[in-house]
Amino acid sequence: MADPVAVTLDADPMVPVPYEVVARRALSDDTTSLTLAPAGPRLADARPGQFFMLWAPGVGEIPISLGVAGPGGQVEESIRAVGAVSRALSATPVGGRIGLRGPFGTSWDLDAAVGRHLLLVAGGVGLVPLRPAVLDAVERASDFRGIGVVVGARTPGDLLFQDELTDWGERPGVQVVTTVDHADRAWHGHVGVVTEVLDLVDLDPARTTAMVCGPEVMMRFVAQALDGRGVPLADVQLSLERNMKCAIGHCGHCQIGGGFVCLDGPVVAADRALPLLQVRER
Amino acid sequence: MKPIPELLAEHPFFEGLPADDLAALAACGEEVSFGAGEVIFREGTPADRMYVLRAGRVGLEIHALGRPAHLVTTLAAGEILGASWLFPPYQWQFEALALDATTAVALDAGCVRARLDADPALGYVVVQRFAALLVKRLQAARFRLLDVYGDG
Repeated sequence: MADPVAVTLDADPMVPVPYEVVARRALSDDTTSLTLAPAGPRLADARPGQFFMLWAPGVGEIPISLGVAGPGGQVEESIRAVGAVSRALSATPVGGRIGLRGPFGTSWDLDAAVGRHLLLVAGGVGLVPLRPAVLDAVERASDFRGIGVVVGARTPGDLLFQDELTDWGERPGVQVVTTVDHADRAWHGHVGVVTEVLDLVDLDPARTTAMVCGPEVMMRFVAQALDGRGVPLADVQLSLERNMKCAIGHCGHCQIGGGFVCLDGPVVAADRALPLLQVRER
Repeated sequence: MKPIPELLAEHPFFEGLPADDLAALAACGEEVSFGAGEVIFREGTPADRMYVLRAGRVGLEIHALGRPAHLVTTLAAGEILGASWLFPPYQWQFEALALDATTAVALDAGCVRARLDADPALGYVVVQRFAALLVKRLQAARFRLLDVYGDG
């Protein structure tokens, strides 16, 4: 494949740029990782926590958080097949093309955790958007007083990136705790929800920066648990998920309170996000 | 080997308790250990101990005829195993199994209850901490009912 021509910083943000699937691997029964390479001009580099709009031609478009950025403008995106578009994207074979727009939105603020304890909490496919932040953090572990990674899933088979979880846990200064909702005796982690294992992580609450990604209700419970433990909500970053369509703040689909998740998020401090998440939708 | 009061003082459940109170409770305790796979207590048997977990991992299981054992939850160092010793009929509701080599301080339930009855101030503190622990577990159980990682 030819080298990507140029970064399309001036590209129309509403026009998808073609990318080719150059590799794919199954992460679990329903989650697939696609490595995408620019089939022409490449998009700007994304920061961990930002998202792209992925377009399955003839089917539709959905927001997917950055997985991992690779060389030459490649991006690795992990997609859980739960709807028509995500199923079509997941099924794209090597050599197939999909469209990308972006990157959009806010990113994890890892620098805010320098000199402090860093706690990263992921639930289910929430590990995908958090993973690039974890990868950055473990490579610069000495910048932090300690790193805790807490990962929850439904069953052991649903845990993503298990090799990496093991690898991270073997790094000095990094503590990894995994927990699942259902397991048998053969499972070597914990059984229970993520809030039950947060206390197993060594941290000084007043000097902790937390990053949380997962189902919205899970993030709510985790933020409340951290608040109860003494971690200031301003130091807890959440990744919000709403029905993003245009991704540039025009359509209003992702409006939450007085803002838009596509512009003001997805990564938002919990002191701002929690009051919005506690508003019932009608 | 550390004395029991010191072991209790190191445990989050007893954090900040005065030395006299720790000594009173520690007089009911002994250090115990279980090998991986060893049953700590069985459902329906007398709940005669409170286990202060210091190391390892314990699974709580429900057994039902015709079904495989259901692992309900796991408990680790820093947590308390067993609440049934505090309330009548003082019978274990689950089976506890050491999933890894596990060490704990086991406090004799009758002895602890007698000390809490004799010292209502201490009794209030311990029961209040137990209430917080049970509320946390109840909230977690309700959270798990949501099946947040399910389809969709």
